[in-house]
Order: sequence, then structure tokens, then C-alpha cells
Amino acid sequence: MAIATDPPRTGAADSALPRRTTRRRPRNLGAWGAVAPLLVYSAVFLGLPVWALLYQSIRRTDPATGVTSFTGQNLTESWHGIYLTAMWGSIRLSLLTAVVSAVVGLVTAQAIAQSRGRLLKQAVLTASGVLANFGGIPLAFCFIAAAGTAGEATGLIRKIDPGFALDTFTGLVLVYPYFLIPLMVLTTMPALDGLRRQWREAAANLGGSAWDYWRHVGGPILLPALLGGFVLCFGSSFAAYATAQALTSGTVPLITTRIASVLSGNVLAGQENLGMAMSLDTIVICALMMAVYLPLRARSARWLDS
Amino acid sequence: MNRVTKLASVAAGIALAATACGNSSTSTSSGSGSSTDWSKSTSATAGGGMDALVAAAKKEGSLNVITLPRTWANYGKLMDDFTAKYGIKITDANPDGSSGDEITALQHQKGLAAAPDVVDVGNSHALPYVSLFAPYKVATWSDIPDTLKNSNGAWYGDYGGYITIACDASKISGTSCPTTFADLAKPANAAAYKGKVAINGDPTSANAAFSAVWAASLANGGSLDNIQPGIDFFAKLKSLGVFNATHSTESTIEQGSTPISVDWEFNNSQYAADLKAKGITLTVAVPGDGLYSAYYDQAINKYAPHPAAARLWEEYLYSTTGQNDFMGGYARPAEFDAMQTANTLDAADLANLPKVTGTPQIATGAQLTAAQNTVTAKWASALG
Repeated sequence: MAIATDPPRTGAADSALPRRTTRRRPRNLGAWGAVAPLLVYSAVFLGLPVWALLYQSIRRTDPATGVTSFTGQNLTESWHGIYLTAMWGSIRLSLLTAVVSAVVGLVTAQAIAQSRGRLLKQAVLTASGVLANFGGIPLAFCFIAAAGTAGEATGLIRKIDPGFALDTFTGLVLVYPYFLIPLMVLTTMPALDGLRRQWREAAANLGGSAWDYWRHVGGPILLPALLGGFVLCFGSSFAAYATAQALTSGTVPLITTRIASVLSGNVLAGQENLGMAMSLDTIVICALMMAVYLPLRARSARWLDS
Repeated sequence: MNRVTKLASVAAGIALAATACGNSSTSTSSGSGSSTDWSKSTSATAGGGMDALVAAAKKEGSLNVITLPRTWANYGKLMDDFTAKYGIKITDANPDGSSGDEITALQHQKGLAAAPDVVDVGNSHALPYVSLFAPYKVATWSDIPDTLKNSNGAWYGDYGGYITIACDASKISGTSCPTTFADLAKPANAAAYKGKVAINGDPTSANAAFSAVWAASLANGGSLDNIQPGIDFFAKLKSLGVFNATHSTESTIEQGSTPISVDWEFNNSQYAADLKAKGITLTVAVPGDGLYSAYYDQAINKYAPHPAAARLWEEYLYSTTGQNDFMGGYARPAEFDAMQTANTLDAADLANLPKVTGTPQIATGAQLTAAQNTVTAKWASALG
């Protein structure tokens, strides 16, 4: 931006005009100016759809008369019966898979971060980036071929768990970590990289064991990133639907398959508003999750700021 | 900020705005220029005759269809032959979508040039949305059975089929392939069929799966008013260890996870034809104890961007060629009985359809809704 200044006047020959002594301040939009495009983008592509969801979820068209009116019936219905079961099933599945993936992902990330091979680290990070988004029907078919009734590895799995079947809740808990663990590795690797070896050595010098180190030094530093990774895994697992639908055909109640069957199915018609109400409920669940996560994260990072 | 950065950011902003604004465009008028407004015509004769319709359609030059997979009921051939015959380009949006997607497109793309002109939806999505369709009666209207069409011409059945049981005998050892629903539930067969029986998805979401449950219900003492026995039947299959909740597709049958597939005859027969080339023999049987058939319905968008082309497409589908082509895709055309009497069925295509004895019943709108609600409420808890 050009700064408007008058060239300094030399000599006192022109006394008609008063001499400018101050420079004109440049217009400074500050921090708000810098973030405005992001805010506009979020408002249009995140805010407007949420508003549309909210609006649609409180409307209902009476099939007999065709009159559309405001009603809370959709929201009530979405918290009862099969939809409540489905919401609870989704939450259980997401929490369980997020915990499993968080633990396994952390251990994997630590193993990779500790390794000396640069190529290995690079390869794992790249692969994680791809696999974290590998879901849906291709993933379902991979697992059908591997662990389905005629799967290659089914015999091995049945040695550990004789009653194992892929099209159950347990089967989904086996399948989901396939894309959640890479997600966890991706999010925690930077934090693990930030743990300096010198801190470990310092802790050992002061007489601390490995457990002391992780409990007092490594753990607290990692905790914010861990929590963040866990929440990401929860969200990713909560939103997954195509894989579950292909594998279980609705026998494991999940809120995402319920929403899909109402909004883009071939059987149920005229219940789109109920689908909107269910979608609104998932936003509520995510908001609850954030309400738990944000204070925890703030608390865990507090000592880092001091 | 230096000048180059300023110019670049301005250019990027303009480009972004242009892409955002450039996508949707209101449709131009039908462009026929002739005196007929084809969007209001309820038949070819009312609009001035077939030749006028063909001319107007050719002038429009293109047709928007939606959710028509090329391998479903021979739609690939139908679309190609239509384009070859009339020179009208067909754009198929979202080929793997659902009937719900089609209705959503009709509702939300009103006035856009990319809105669908015609839809092919299941009965469940045709009956409640009559207000979205333009009434139109094809030239062969009287050949379509009354139970398969709306009396005003809002929607009309095009093809359908029976629920069948397909079976890959090479993956079953110890007993023969099932030919009826009773065979599936026999405890003696449970060991041989363990984890092998599947349906085409979630009954609350996929029409083929929903119909499979209804067929099972008819085989077990249920009726078009009562689908609960069907849910109980699949719960029994699950308790026997025979039911596999995986969504059965050609790939899963080939791989061996779901060698027994309860699905529409046009799907199962298509799989059989495709897998024959790979050396797998799939036998398709219509179960005598659970005879359930349903037809998919055609309808024209009330606000179709290409009304004449839409109507010509319908005329084509209901011509002898079109109906025979559905048989080429292993589906039963709606005009089957009339064509059989008039002896216009193509013998080669007819050989594709398994023999069926008995008359099927077609569910009404009220029966459909009641059954859907029952399945939605009970499926997961019965099979979970």
C-alpha cells in the first residue's frame, strides 16, 4: 500500500500553504481484516447450511393436506425409538474406535518418530495421508475379501474369536481403525517430533525412570495433541457411513445410515425433515464433544504458556 | 503489498466469483418456436402428432436423465439407441444415485437447465410426489395395466421383476441350491448355507432389500398388509447363522462371500450373464412360495427444461423396441401381457426371463407406507 506523504518542503519560499508535519496514517484493517475472508467463507459454507438444517428440521409437510408448518415433532421423533438407538450406537462405536485408534496410533507414531530412517518416516506419513481418507465401499470390499465369510484371514481371526462376523458391531470396530489410526499418526507425529531427546536425557540425569519421564515431561507436553487427535478420530468415525452401510446393511443401528436412508434412499419418502432433524442432532453431539474437549485442552496446555 | 501480488489477488477474486456465479443458469424458454408448448401437452396427439413431437425434440437437442446406471435394465443400450435414432444427446446425472436423490433433484433444481427431464423412481417415491410430475399418456397407454399407472398419467410403470434367489452352486457343499424361501430356513441346510445368504442392502434404504423382506413375508404367512413375518424370517436366518448382512453385489458373489443372493431378477440375471464369462454359474430361481414383484415408474418433470425430448423419450421406452430392450436387460416390461397377446415380444429377449407361474400382487400406497414404517422400526432390533 502506498503511504501518502508530501515530499518534504525545502526552504521557506512557499508560505502560502501550511507545512505538513504529520504523515497520513495508512488505513490499517488489523487482525480482523486478515481473517475476514475466512470468516466470510465459513459463514457461507458452514453457517448457511447449519441455518438451513435448523430451518428444515422444524418444518413438516402434512401428507394429507400438503400444508407445510412449523413443528417440533421432527426433533422429538429423532430422539426416540430407533433413532435414539442409532444415535447411541453411533456414539458407542465412535468412542470405542477413537480410543482404540488413539492408543494404537500413538504407539505407532512414537515408534516411527523414534526410528532413524528418514525414508521410513516419510513413507509412513505419506501413506497415512492417503489411508486416513480411504473409506467407503472400497474399504468395505477390502475387508469382505479379507475377513468376510469367505475371507482369506477369517480362519485366523476365528481362532482368536470363534464367533467373529464382519457384519456386526465387532466387525465395524475392526474395520474403522483402518482409517482412524493413520489419522491419529498424522496428527500426533508433529508433537512427538517436538519431544527433544535432551529432555529424556535430562530426566535420566535427575534420576527419573522412563515412567517418570512420560508422566512428568512427555505426557503433559503431548496431551493437547493427543486430545486433539482423539477428537478428530471421534469425528471421523462418527461421520463414516458408506462403509457401515455396505458391511452391515442397517443391522447395526447408526445415525449416519438412518440419515442416509431417509434423505437419499429408495424406500422412505417424504421424511426429509426428519433427516434434517437427525443431522441437527449430530451437530449437537459434536458441540457437546467440543464443550468437553476445549476446556480440557485449555487446561492441559495452561502450564505450557506460563 | 507490491503491485504483482495486488494484481494476482484481484484476479483470483474475480475468478472465484465467476465460478461461483457461472454454474447455475436459468433455463431458456423451450425454444421450440412452434405453436405447441410441449410442457403442457398430455399426449403426442394433443400436441400435434408424433412427427411434431420428434421435430420439437430434435430441435431441443438434448435430454437430462438422472440415476440411470448403464447396466441396470439395459439402460445403456436404450440411451445409446435413442441418441443414435434421434440425434438427441443424453446427459445422465448421478448414475448410482437413488430414487430419493431424483426427487430431491426435482424439488431443488426447478428452473435450472441441468434439472432432470424424466425420472425413473420406485413406487414409494412416485405415489407421494404426483404434484412434481407432468401428466402425459404415451401412445401405447392402453397397453399398460391399470394397476401399474396413475389414472391421470402422472406416473406409469416401465419395468419390474420378481424377487429371485440366485445361487452359486460351486460355493455350496453338502446340499443343493435353494429354490424357495422355505429352503433357506431349513435347519438341515444351515451348515451348508452358513453366512452365505444376503440381500441387496438395507431394507430401510434399498428397494430391492425391502422387497426381499416383503417376498419373505408372503412366503411365511404375511400379506401385503403385514410385513412382520418377513422381518421374523430374516431374524430366524440370522439365528441359524445363515444370514450375511453384507450388501450383496456382483463382486461379493464372485468373491464368494454372498453366493446366495435374494434380489430383483433383473439384477441376479445380469450378474449370471456377467459371471458366466468368468466361469461362474449362477442359477436364478423365482421362489414359488414368495411371489412378490414391483415395478419402477417413469414420470416427466413438470418443469422439464426439454419437455419435447422428455416426451419423446417416454414414447421410445414404451415402443415395442423399448419394452423389448428392457427384457434384454432381464427386466419384465410393463406392457408384457399386451405384447404377449399381440405377439410382439422378442423371442431372444424373452428367453432371458425365468418362467413364473402365479399372479403377483401389487401393493398400494397405503400398504407401502405401513410396511416401510414397520421395517424402519423393527429391522435393526430384530437383526442386531
